[in-house]
Amino acid sequence: MNAFLTIVKRDLLLVMRRKSEVLTALFFFVIVTSLFPLGIGADAALLRKIAPGVIWVAALLSTLLGLQRIFAADYADGTLEQLVLSPNSFTALVFGKIVAHWLVCGLPLVLLAPVIGIQFDLDTSSLTVLMAALLLGTPVLSLLGSIGAALTLGVRGGSVLLSLLILPLYIPVLIFGAGAVYASSVGLDIRGHFSLLGAIFILALAFVPWVSATAVKIAIE
Amino acid sequence: MSNTHNLSSSRIMNWFRFSSPSTFYPLAGKMIPWFWALTIIFGVAGLWVSFFVAPVDAVQGQGYRIIFVHVPVSWMSMFIYLVMAAWAGLGLIFNTRLSAMMAQALAPIGAWMAFLSLWTGAFWGKPMWGAWWVWDARLTSELILLFLYLGFIALQASIDNARRADKAGAILALVGVINVPIIYFSVKWWNTLHQGASVSLTKAPAMAQTMLWGMLLMALSLWMYSIAVGLMRVRAIILEREAHTDWVKQLNEVKH
Repeated sequence: MNAFLTIVKRDLLLVMRRKSEVLTALFFFVIVTSLFPLGIGADAALLRKIAPGVIWVAALLSTLLGLQRIFAADYADGTLEQLVLSPNSFTALVFGKIVAHWLVCGLPLVLLAPVIGIQFDLDTSSLTVLMAALLLGTPVLSLLGSIGAALTLGVRGGSVLLSLLILPLYIPVLIFGAGAVYASSVGLDIRGHFSLLGAIFILALAFVPWVSATAVKIAIE
Repeated sequence: MSNTHNLSSSRIMNWFRFSSPSTFYPLAGKMIPWFWALTIIFGVAGLWVSFFVAPVDAVQGQGYRIIFVHVPVSWMSMFIYLVMAAWAGLGLIFNTRLSAMMAQALAPIGAWMAFLSLWTGAFWGKPMWGAWWVWDARLTSELILLFLYLGFIALQASIDNARRADKAGAILALVGVINVPIIYFSVKWWNTLHQGASVSLTKAPAMAQTMLWGMLLMALSLWMYSIAVGLMRVRAIILEREAHTDWVKQLNEVKH
């Protein structure tokens, strides 16, 4: 537990020393979502309709931008090897790195979402649902993404390969996350979408840290 | 007591004898012609039944006959993924080289089946639904399956160290397995455009007997085809990876 918190703190500190990397991903999210109204036209009804999908896809892509950072720097300078050798559970350490990634790349998206939603003329209840869905969905993005980041460590063309590996796995989150917001905007029941998102979250939480830890060990073997 | 123990252990030894590339290579070479022969026999029988024996569908006319290709390739696309993931998992657990090679050999065949399934599905969808493509649950999840195959192939191709490529691919294959039940049950869980399963183990088939026979014969033919091509591919992979060994250098096909 202690080691886990140390890793989270360390990764957050490293990010604070180099804010530009994180801010790039956030600006990417803001810019991509702002481009859609410009490209499609400012018809409020149309914007309301496409908002859930657009915001979710932008969230997926901006998460991808930061994924490589979870392990890449530590892999390059040998820190990762030391972490594997440490007496602490490596799975817990990897989980710490994933949590740090979510705090840096996922949580800001959740907090920014209402502002983006207003651009798309979403009403208050839809904004709440959007935030709740992102709050449940973005940790899954960080978790699943860490598998891809671990598998492509030090591989040629790793970042492009990473998107090919991980985006298919993101599709269920996209479907149910955007589905919840869409359902709430047309007055349908949203509980089914949230139950499925929650189930995916719990499954990912249970298995992914272990899978990622195994994948990292394979990479540095 | 010790006798029976010996017996069972010798049987296990026999079983594992072919898990080494050097013993499996000639065995695969002997099996390939047989599986090709079975592919042709089942294929000719299946095509004959599906084009000349099976009756015209009351609702869909002649156009329905694409299912004799479409349904078997869809089954194979999912089944090959499961087999590939199983080989990959075995390779990860027991660290056997041949299992990883089998997984690597099966991936392109599975990707091909998934592609054919989507393609023949489009041919069927245009006259029946009036659209080449719809964003229906089963179509979308089959498309994801194709992406998973391509991701597996790309990951293996981009890692130079064969050992690491095998293990990394195995993890990806096992994570992707979760998609297979989603495809299979998608027609039950989401009531979208794609029709429900035509064949089921628990209830009488909802189609004419001859149609079912045509489909099963085609599925058997594709099954044999996949095994034959899989064995050919795995032989090529063995030659590539074991090129430095003596037994490969002594093979007739390598000598000249």
